[in-house]
Amino acid sequence: MKHIIKIMSLLVSVSAFWISLLLTSIIPESYTLLLPIYLIVSLGCYGLLMVGIGLMRFPTCPYESVLLQQDIVEAKEFLKENEVDVGSD
Amino acid sequence: MVIISDASMEVTEEKNKYSIIVPTYNERLNIALIIYLIFKHLSNVNFEVIVVDDGSPDGTQDIVKQLQQVYGEDRILLRARPRKLGLGTAYMHGLKHASGNFIVIMDADLSHHPKYLPSFIRRQMETGASIVTGTRYVKGGGVHGWNLMRKLTSRGANVLAHTLLWPGVSDLTGSFRLYRKSVLEDVIRSCVSKGYVFQMEMIVRASRKGYHIEEVPITFVDRVYGSSKLGGSEIVEYLKGLVYLLVTT
Repeated sequence: MKHIIKIMSLLVSVSAFWISLLLTSIIPESYTLLLPIYLIVSLGCYGLLMVGIGLMRFPTCPYESVLLQQDIVEAKEFLKENEVDVGSD
Repeated sequence: MVIISDASMEVTEEKNKYSIIVPTYNERLNIALIIYLIFKHLSNVNFEVIVVDDGSPDGTQDIVKQLQQVYGEDRILLRARPRKLGLGTAYMHGLKHASGNFIVIMDADLSHHPKYLPSFIRRQMETGASIVTGTRYVKGGGVHGWNLMRKLTSRGANVLAHTLLWPGVSDLTGSFRLYRKSVLEDVIRSCVSKGYVFQMEMIVRASRKGYHIEEVPITFVDRVYGSSKLGGSEIVEYLKGLVYLLVTT
């Protein structure tokens, strides 16, 4: 099944649930009408939270740069010995 | 947990051959460094390196020919093209000349370090996966050379892509991957995007087709970031790519 169909059916079922809430008046109508807005706002907040958490926990590796420099030196030595032209660019 | 002993590692490795496709453009120095590192870290593995150079004016192809003298023309294949023709077609071009049953794709600018190649191979052998992709965003992986803004856009793009696409992998735009040859041929046929959206499309399509995808942590040292800033047009391209993937995969 295509992904968009999955998303659409999810949206349709949520809308159906919301409309049924409106029609059966389990919750007072004034609240029910605001539910979609609450949902969107909470989704937005959740998204921002995930971005923030991800940013705080972003894995970094400064030591890798050092290791890479060492590897480059080692590589250049080998290549020089084997007559590969490694003049700087 | 599966433990692969050294003896069985050698036996199974004899049956597998890994074709490493490296697209290059003006990577005169980096291609020599990266080939040295590949040979250093894959000393027990049956592999070949396929350099797909898009007519680099800086003499990259001459360097590759010198490297062929050192390592052998059967281990380093130079399959050049007349000019810049795009990443997707570079992979397809390399695929045509690949004699291995597994294909590795990686960048030539040393942001992808060949020392992770054994971990890709090991993970594939342990799990029998069709695709092993490197991820920078999990513990054990990481990025160096990105400022806060760059990390923010990366993280924001990631959250957006995950919300919309449910891709099943943590690093969508990464291009350090190991594919079973038949799987790569199948997936690449149905991809039409360009640039990093192409990388996203590959992994999303593979995920939709139900291929077994595994991830290994990799570190990514970005030495070119300073020269390729993320501008407004790139963000628009990314969003267009996301919508395209949302609707067509």
